[in-house]
Amino acid sequence: MTLPAMGDPAGPILELRGIRKQYGRLAAVDDVSLELRHGEFLTFLGPSGSGKTTTLMLVAGLQQPDSGRIILAGKPVDRLPPYKRDIGMVFQHYALFPHMTVRRNVAFPLEMRGTPRAEAERLVSAALAMVGLPDHGDRLPRQLSGGQQQRVALARAMVYRPALLLMDEPLGALDKALREGLQLEIKRLHREQRMSVLYVTHDQAEALTMSDRIAVFDEGRIQQIGTPSELYERPATRFVASFVGETNFIPGTVLGRDGDACRIAVAGVPMLASDRFSAQPGTRVTLAIRPERLRLSAAGEGVPAELVDLIYLGNARRYVLRLPDGTEWSALLQAGMADAATLRHGDAVRLTWEAAHATAFPG
Amino acid sequence: MGRWRLLRALVCALVGIYLVAPLVVVLIISFSSASFLRFPPPGYSLRWYENLVRDPAWMDAVWVSIQILVPTALLSTALGTAAALALIRGRLPGAGFVGAALMAPLVVPSIITSAGLYIAYRGLGLNGTLAGMVIGHVVVTLPCVIATVGSALRSLDPRLEAAAATLGATPAAAFRRITLPLLAPAVLSSMLFAAVLSFDELIVSLFVGSARLRTVPVQMWSNIRGDFDPTVAAIASLCFLVALIALALEALLRRRNGDRE
Repeated sequence: MTLPAMGDPAGPILELRGIRKQYGRLAAVDDVSLELRHGEFLTFLGPSGSGKTTTLMLVAGLQQPDSGRIILAGKPVDRLPPYKRDIGMVFQHYALFPHMTVRRNVAFPLEMRGTPRAEAERLVSAALAMVGLPDHGDRLPRQLSGGQQQRVALARAMVYRPALLLMDEPLGALDKALREGLQLEIKRLHREQRMSVLYVTHDQAEALTMSDRIAVFDEGRIQQIGTPSELYERPATRFVASFVGETNFIPGTVLGRDGDACRIAVAGVPMLASDRFSAQPGTRVTLAIRPERLRLSAAGEGVPAELVDLIYLGNARRYVLRLPDGTEWSALLQAGMADAATLRHGDAVRLTWEAAHATAFPG
Repeated sequence: MGRWRLLRALVCALVGIYLVAPLVVVLIISFSSASFLRFPPPGYSLRWYENLVRDPAWMDAVWVSIQILVPTALLSTALGTAAALALIRGRLPGAGFVGAALMAPLVVPSIITSAGLYIAYRGLGLNGTLAGMVIGHVVVTLPCVIATVGSALRSLDPRLEAAAATLGATPAAAFRRITLPLLAPAVLSSMLFAAVLSFDELIVSLFVGSARLRTVPVQMWSNIRGDFDPTVAAIASLCFLVALIALALEALLRRRNGDRE
């Protein structure tokens, strides 16, 4: 096996092979392998304690893996200290140096690399202009707002054009409106600067908005890695289905196969679903169906239910449905959809879906 | 509520008077014209200050104190800062034990520490030497430096050092450019404290010093026990002034630091 040459745009910029990190008896990171392509925006998404931040720290060199390899730009770096890895990092709490002005903060990595002064000055000015703070260079970090501080941190981590930009929940300390503005700005910078980015967040909406690909972490392992639409449309595990977007989990029993699809009894009604594990008849399964994939009709085929609540959301309507066994499902219909528009509170309805939009998971 | 407030003010005033009164008495006596300690003095003069400057025993003591105080403050600050870094940031096996041992002079009665130093010095020939004196003073001022720098270090976000490392700073560069400048106010104020503590130190100096190596407090001690005149009040007033200046400097430093954060 040959490693791609350094800087080869075709090869991955970062490769993790079987990374493992143990804290006592707990495996914080358990056999994680992945590749990050040149110029790609890859997000680690998961709940706290899922191993996403620890994996980032291992890539940064701020922690050492117990085993596995980390290959950055074609070079194994897992034994190198952070200052010898060609990375930039943005922290959740900015980590700006409080005793230095904004300019000095941004100039710091250039100084550490021995960049000539005039060149450094030029790069710092360009970086500050890039993040929209060209006139804030002489201020101290504490004189800036949280959002401005994070922009400075971004400029500082990008000014020397590291091979890989690491971001550890960079927007976690900001309020919602500011967060959404900065999400788009980071996305724009990523696109314009053609940076390779490894981003950590626990916010699934943020991950869907920003990423080229998402790696969903749970219990120290990558549950699934793929594009936002792959994760959303074809979740590989029940955890991914529950963590990314909203999902109805519906119990059922396998009846048999029907071509590629699987025939499943849901509340006594035979329905179709796709599965990834060729379930045997009689197996109890859970179906995952997105609310916007449920179809409602007043009569005909489908699972019988009662409409117990109807919530108007402006651009959509949410229908809360109760099945005879008491479970509640949620359906979402875009405004302007003709069917179901006439339904009223307390009406009996029928629920259907396409086999491709319902995924069966064991258990 | 008004009554409680009055009571509180009264208690505070009493405590204040209790703390300050001896100082005031000493200050007044230092300007006495009488050749014995008497309060209130029968008249006022500067003769005891004059005596202080004229008497070579006092001037020698001041000189000895300075010769000890300066290297003590520098050494104690350097070593104490290094120790605080190792104890808090380092991964030192037995850090708890080492820390407790370094802080021991704070809780062990000074006379025990001093006697220990005296006995240890006998074999080393350090009794009655300037070096021995400085080492002794470093031992007793170290806890103050470790505590001051240590608490500043504990409140210093370790992510700043991590950030410096990801930006390409070697540990040495990160320390020089980030950690040390941020600790500087604490380091400087601990240096001031070490200097003042060294200047005030009596018991170690009594044990380790000699007739020829007398610090100001030792000279005061023997003065009080021997010919008892208001010169002692004059030097005490000067010591008080030195401590006051150190305290003011420290407050100034703190304020500048407060501006920064």
